[in-house]
Amino acid sequence: MELFTNQVLAGIATGAIYACMALAVVMIYQAIDHLNFAQGEMAMFSTFISWQLMQWGVPYWGAFILTLALSFAGGILIERLLFKPLAKAPVLTNVAGFIALFAIVNSVAGLIWDFTIKQYPTPFGSSPFLGSQLISTHQAGMIGVTILLLILLFIFFQYTRMGLAMRAAASLPESARLVGINTSWMIALGWGMATAIGSIAGMLIAPVVFLEPNMMGGVLIYGFAAAVLGGLTSPLGAVIGGFLVGVFENLAGTYIPGVGNELKLPIALALIITVLVVKPAGLFGRPIVKRV
Amino acid sequence: MSAAEDVVTEAPAVEAVPKRAMTLGLGTSLVVLAALCLAPLFVKNFIIFQMTMLLIYALAVLALNILTGGSGQFSLGQSAFYAVGAYTSAILMEHANMNYALTLPIAGVICFAFGFIFGQPALRLSGVYLALATFALATAMPQLLKLGFFEHWTGGVQGLVVTKPDAPFGLPMSQDMWLYYFTLAVSIGIYIASVNLLKSRSGRAFMAIRDNEIAASAMGVDVALYKTLAFGVSAGITGVAGGLGAIAVQFVAPDGYTITLAISLFLGMVVGGVGWLPGSIVGSAFIIFVPNIAEGISKGLSGAVFGVLLFLVIFLVPHGARQVAMIAQGLIAKLKN
Amino acid sequence: MTAMLNVKDLRAYYGQVQALHGLSFALNEGSLTTLLGANGAGKTTTLRAICNMVRSTGAIEFEGKPLTGRSTENVVRLGIAHVPQGRGTFTTMTVEENLQLGAITRKDSAAIVSDIERMYSHFPVLKERHTQQAGTLSGGEQQMLAVARALMLRPRLMLLDEPSFGLAPLIVRDLFKILGKINREDKVTILVVEQNAQLALELADQAYVIETGRIVMSGDAKDIANNEDVRKSYLGY
Repeated sequence: MELFTNQVLAGIATGAIYACMALAVVMIYQAIDHLNFAQGEMAMFSTFISWQLMQWGVPYWGAFILTLALSFAGGILIERLLFKPLAKAPVLTNVAGFIALFAIVNSVAGLIWDFTIKQYPTPFGSSPFLGSQLISTHQAGMIGVTILLLILLFIFFQYTRMGLAMRAAASLPESARLVGINTSWMIALGWGMATAIGSIAGMLIAPVVFLEPNMMGGVLIYGFAAAVLGGLTSPLGAVIGGFLVGVFENLAGTYIPGVGNELKLPIALALIITVLVVKPAGLFGRPIVKRV
Repeated sequence: MSAAEDVVTEAPAVEAVPKRAMTLGLGTSLVVLAALCLAPLFVKNFIIFQMTMLLIYALAVLALNILTGGSGQFSLGQSAFYAVGAYTSAILMEHANMNYALTLPIAGVICFAFGFIFGQPALRLSGVYLALATFALATAMPQLLKLGFFEHWTGGVQGLVVTKPDAPFGLPMSQDMWLYYFTLAVSIGIYIASVNLLKSRSGRAFMAIRDNEIAASAMGVDVALYKTLAFGVSAGITGVAGGLGAIAVQFVAPDGYTITLAISLFLGMVVGGVGWLPGSIVGSAFIIFVPNIAEGISKGLSGAVFGVLLFLVIFLVPHGARQVAMIAQGLIAKLKN
Repeated sequence: MTAMLNVKDLRAYYGQVQALHGLSFALNEGSLTTLLGANGAGKTTTLRAICNMVRSTGAIEFEGKPLTGRSTENVVRLGIAHVPQGRGTFTTMTVEENLQLGAITRKDSAAIVSDIERMYSHFPVLKERHTQQAGTLSGGEQQMLAVARALMLRPRLMLLDEPSFGLAPLIVRDLFKILGKINREDKVTILVVEQNAQLALELADQAYVIETGRIVMSGDAKDIANNEDVRKSYLGY
């Protein structure tokens, strides 16, 4: 039993990483109806920017805020320059665009900061949290930040006019234009916000996985999986999905014989697919009725 | 219907491509065929090998095109089918001493069955969910091939070395050249069969599902059957391509069939034009040669160069080679008048 | 008196297909005009062309300002509210959120609150359901919500696309009564596209009849309603 509890705790700790990333995934999915395959790389790039700022002597929180602002602006810029022209192109062409962006960001980061791994500081410290060896203060802080972010997003979308306008633009663009909403800008804002949230995810994840250009590859896949599991239309679902994936991955690694580190990912994905086959809109997603 | 549901008329994820527009005219086809037949007589062995790979990847892209362009289903898992085909051929040749040519239909049938079975759970998924499911398959495959349980046959992490076949009947040509013509013959056969498949009753059923699944089922198309069938056919062709690939490269190993391959094939389809079968070879050329070109332009930034080139292509021709062909056709028609 | 909306030689296209062939008409301020015609005559296209939701040529002027080249949202911001066919309800949001969206371009939050109350007095059923998801409303209720949402803009001109579509006759009468009231009391100029010509002519003071993308008849609503030939050949009743 103690093993079980410990594994669940450890799962929640890794789940916090996935939850954070999943939140960014849901954010952009709401704005543009796509999964952005380059999102992890963009988060990695943001994290490098914050690292560089700290190397230049900016204190942690200063670098944090600056990176957030730069990422927000960067996300908007990428949308305006690269994806707005593709707005009318077929869906699959957009997916190819994400893959191209992935290649570009990864390669440029490698050129600027090279591929050696770097230490990344944590503002929360890394001592055991409440005496537990399995969950550190950093991981607890990460869970706290994720939940705080979730609450802020909820308030933004439910109680601000901008949030309402963004929701309207995402759900019915034509109707949104007919009440005077500039839907094209709402998409750009969605990119900005998703990139900023991604940068938070990156800065929180970096102390755990170390900073290097390929740090987000695996994390993004788990983030996707968590978001899909929770329902791509639900930020709360995405966060819960993140924790569930983390816990399940740990339990599968512990209790299913023959599952080493290598098979953890396929097994986690298999579980998610099973869930999806039963509940195609995810655990917390809104079902969509199609008509002819 | 519960009230909180969104009711949407879903725009098809893949644009409708008229049936006739999915192929090339007879004249153009013959010119392309002549070029493919004559080219190896004038180039070095290494280039012949690359041309063989071009055909093999074109087959794999074509297979994905039947699935996505034909029936409207995504797949990021084609590398898994490719791997199964490659391993089937390799194992049969090396452990059962079977003739390489005979291993290909077996690889195709096994992959057809694999795809058909995989298509069952995939039936309930669409769009991003299907993408994730197929993605899972692609990431799991290399790990499964490494499992100790199969190691006796698969060679585990080390993989298997495959013997390259000689030209039969004492024909005076190099192994590479023989394999090229062999691959070309297989490719032409599969291409013609695919074109006919899409023109047939089944092809019409695929396209009806692609354009509007609910309407198709209302017209009496057995949606479940045809969707799984599309997966099976696509996997089968990919399997044959995989088998040919194993013979051409003379080697199979788990890490040759990662998600990167699946993504490449996907890019090949987009660049070639979704739903346009002749575009498969253009897409294949893109995924084989453009990374090399990118490497040539800048070693350190090859990824970035590749990304920029890809962006250029999709900005200029968002519908891929199909769009180029249509523009060219328009120009030729103008010149004739 | 100069016209509030002036449409000259309007031509609209869907891809290669031309849907409007040089339409010209004008709306006077404060009028309630109806645009009649059979299915496919180009009624919806005309409304969509005013809001730049379809590719078109020709000149459209609203209160002296040309609308050509303005994006849909910028046309709306001039004070033109468009109730689209199928109502455009934000089904996953609450009734109240739908109303707030109608006023999303306005900055006067106190007035918005009082306007929402005013809508509730126009349409009491919306007040009863204000926390409900809009998708749960009946067709008639959704149509009322759509009209209310458009009014939240405090529009100068309101375009309605077949408001009677799919509604029971009694509900249509109620709705038209309210439209008349809005036109008189709130001084909103209204252009309503209808297939239900009889009802629309009772409500409107001006009428245009279009056929295959051209205006074939215009005049006083009463005159057109009383002209038996017109009724028989164009309006089918």
